[in-house]
Amino acid sequence: MRPAEHSYRTISSIKGPLLFVEKVFSALTGEIVRIISPSGEEREGEVLKIENDTVLIEVFGETKGLDIKNTTVVFTDSLKKIPLSEDMIGRVFSSSFKPLDDIPLPVPEKWAPVTGYPMNPVSRARPEEFIETGLSVIDGLNTLVKGQKLPVFSCAGLPSKEVVAFILRNARIRKTDLFKKEEKEFVIVFGAMGLTFQDYSFFMKTLEEMEAPFVAFINMADQPVLERLLTPRYCLTVAEYLAFDKSMDVLVVLTDMTNYCDALREVSTAREELPGRRGYPGYMYSDLASIYERAGRLKNIKGSITLLPVVTMPEDDITHPIPDLTGYITEGQIVLSRELHQKGLFPPVDVLPSLSRLMQNGIGEGRTRGDHRRIANLLYKYYAKGRDLRRLEAIVGREGLTEQDRKMLEFADLFEREFVNQYNQVAKVSVRRDIIETLDKGIECMKRFRLIGD
Amino acid sequence: MKEAVGIIRGISGPTVIAEAKGLKLYDRVYVGRSMLTGEVVRLEEGRSIIQVYEDTRGLSIGEPVKSTGMPLTVRLGPGLLSSIFDGLQRPLKRLEEEIGPFITGGRELYGLDYLRRWSFFPLKKKGDEVVEGDFFGYVEEGSFKHYLISHKRGIIKWIAEGEISLNEVIAELEDGTELFGCHEWPVRVPRPYRRKLPACEPLITGQRCIDFLFPLARGGTAILPGGFGTGKTILEQSIAKFADADIVVYVGCGERGNEMAEMLEEFMKLKDPWTDRPLMDRTILVVNTSNMPVAAREASIYTAVTMAEYYRDMGYHVLFLADSLSRWAEALREISSALEEMPGEEGYPTYLASRLASFFERAGVVETIGGRTGSLSMILSVSPPGGDFTEPVTQSCLRTAGAFLMLDTSLAHRRHFPAINWFQSYSLYSKDVVEFFDKKISQEWSALRQECNEILQREEVLREIVEIVGMEGLQDSDRLLMHIAERIRLEFLSQNAYTEDAFSPPEMTLKKIKNIVEFYNKALSSLKKGISLEEILR
Repeated sequence: MRPAEHSYRTISSIKGPLLFVEKVFSALTGEIVRIISPSGEEREGEVLKIENDTVLIEVFGETKGLDIKNTTVVFTDSLKKIPLSEDMIGRVFSSSFKPLDDIPLPVPEKWAPVTGYPMNPVSRARPEEFIETGLSVIDGLNTLVKGQKLPVFSCAGLPSKEVVAFILRNARIRKTDLFKKEEKEFVIVFGAMGLTFQDYSFFMKTLEEMEAPFVAFINMADQPVLERLLTPRYCLTVAEYLAFDKSMDVLVVLTDMTNYCDALREVSTAREELPGRRGYPGYMYSDLASIYERAGRLKNIKGSITLLPVVTMPEDDITHPIPDLTGYITEGQIVLSRELHQKGLFPPVDVLPSLSRLMQNGIGEGRTRGDHRRIANLLYKYYAKGRDLRRLEAIVGREGLTEQDRKMLEFADLFEREFVNQYNQVAKVSVRRDIIETLDKGIECMKRFRLIGD
Repeated sequence: MKEAVGIIRGISGPTVIAEAKGLKLYDRVYVGRSMLTGEVVRLEEGRSIIQVYEDTRGLSIGEPVKSTGMPLTVRLGPGLLSSIFDGLQRPLKRLEEEIGPFITGGRELYGLDYLRRWSFFPLKKKGDEVVEGDFFGYVEEGSFKHYLISHKRGIIKWIAEGEISLNEVIAELEDGTELFGCHEWPVRVPRPYRRKLPACEPLITGQRCIDFLFPLARGGTAILPGGFGTGKTILEQSIAKFADADIVVYVGCGERGNEMAEMLEEFMKLKDPWTDRPLMDRTILVVNTSNMPVAAREASIYTAVTMAEYYRDMGYHVLFLADSLSRWAEALREISSALEEMPGEEGYPTYLASRLASFFERAGVVETIGGRTGSLSMILSVSPPGGDFTEPVTQSCLRTAGAFLMLDTSLAHRRHFPAINWFQSYSLYSKDVVEFFDKKISQEWSALRQECNEILQREEVLREIVEIVGMEGLQDSDRLLMHIAERIRLEFLSQNAYTEDAFSPPEMTLKKIKNIVEFYNKALSSLKKGISLEEILR
């Protein structure tokens, strides 16, 4: 027989976030435990490993203040679950699942395990409906579709924060039927891992200004690393509930996955696991997949989860394990460039290495516009040509180029200034463009060089 | 009969330590009350270490471990074609019907439908002798004759005819041996054959770059390494669609779920270009996406290859595709590190190379036990971290694979697909296969191939010069060559997987390159006559 809840005071050692408890009668793997410190504070932990009657526990909060003799460990006989309710919309939570607005938690409609379950591949529907971010480089050339996972690869010092804020403010689903009653169909779930206070105030301000309904989870830089590992899982569990139980289209924005991966490495080292490349654990691919793969659509169910994680590439290196493994799982990437940022352009997205693998399905007549594919291909082709010629220009000089080549160079400059850039120098704001404006802008740029007929 | 043989003593992630009696190494076991599937990976005095293929959360000390007395097996019989399985051969469609769109685990489902009725056509009659490997009859599986193979020698006492199902006896031998329509086979044991034959017939993929420059052979092995975004999956899928094989077994090993959804939808719609039948009719899919349990990912390629061998034994040409082998190797690494084995290079176990080599050896052209010829070809993608080909998985594969089709990130950035690098890739089958093309398609094949290679080589040299002096600084003949090389790259080597051009039969491949090379030779002689390059290109 298993007792429903049972407590022990038999801790044998404490090491970082790890706790060894001995003489435990019966524990479950993944079981949630409550740890009560001598001063009466409570925190949660999870059973990681069991060997005979010794149990290894990972503590989600601080282990500071715990001792061996007087700390109580309560085994709860349940797995890690969170309460879910539609009333979570519009609220901001901490990474320990406490509301930040001091109003009590909404009454739960159901509880769900945070790790979720893998979607059966045959139940998946193929992503093909367009989501408008308001950014021309994404909408026009690297289109995001419902159910896709598309990361933003940034470098330290680049305005990934501003790009995220822009998308939070401007992302929407294009109504095919304009007269349809406005419903709560589109929700953004925002998860921030390892935020500094400065970033925190920036994002809180953004959330206040947002038009679309949202749910946010915030993990600060000085909060426990294990909570950082939980934050994206909270976000996706809420997203799954809203998408597949409540038929909403959910856009999940996670920033910054680099902080998440560093937390993963820290915890893995504490567990004395074998380190892989650059010290990150060998299972990081599977771990990231357990987050990213939760995006998707299901057949016969209306909702969808679209995932937009932000990754800061350490040392600007796209082959670093974090962006590398991310790129292997996600369906494309949006790459920010230092060069464009230095030119004062926003968003500084480098079109050439950026890619949306699912774009083909989401564009064209009935989704965006009939000429979308053609315009995107032409813009890419001419810009790539222009960029190629920039290298040649550096060697042979502009005089050494043919007239046609010079035209291409000028086009590349114009493309960056007019199409990629959405920052208005005069008004000092970045202006949203809808997909029609984006495509027209593309045509206009090409027309100026007579690269496209009427 | 499943009898309780032990109890759980320890759990750490997917590894379970049990105190059990009577277990054998690599036995398949059911772990805990929720009956999770596992495999015995190590035996020690008084304790056995079990690798569990499912999520172990919620498992507790003291729960039972039951043995099946059998290693991990797949069920082989009619009904495999056009099915979709997970890494343990559970049919995903039926799993969906039973538990909904999310896989919550702990469900045993057989790979074959035992209740389905099949029309059986006997090939032997009462009193006939059969030997091992003989076909005693067949059932019609879609458009294929699914031969049923006798595993014993004897005289047929009686044989069924007409409707059968897989749990019935179909024939009986004089000595009392019962023959069924299906059987089980351990996935880690290669199926036997009489002898291996050299691989020298081409495997036509419909990809010009492969068929013309780096041709593959039936029964051969090829690897397809490339960083992310280089189009591995698209290329694998294109080959799965268009390759000249009877049966295609495709393993999505630790890859994206959305890709699989897309592939399923496409395969339902598309037609096999060689027979004009639905593509799904000849395909078996084994899918273990990246968020499904890691240990089952390790098993998935074995599950799949065993099914491939089964059809090979019927005398079919089977193509085995896996995307990606790196995910399999990573799963192996994860398991190895959970077992606290001594790590080798980059944390991979030192037996990685030998496991890979013995896996590759399951490919080949064989004379089956029954004396027919069947082949199993493999094309496997590899995802080297950071696109760095010096990593252990790529390097281990290179030692055994017969063809190396390197996918190049810089080509992919230029949107040149398939992004196969034509300088670094190679195929050890070229010599034999090119001879075959010379005979069967056209005498000009090898000469054109030689010429095409030379043009591409020369372009590479000239490209460096252009970087310094610009296009204007070249001689007319060199500028012509640059122009021709560009045409070869854009019109011949690139193939858009989303258009009609995605499939190019050998005749068309030949015609295309011939046009370009003939134009080149004509232009060269015009240049000699003093006609200007601008005029020729116009």
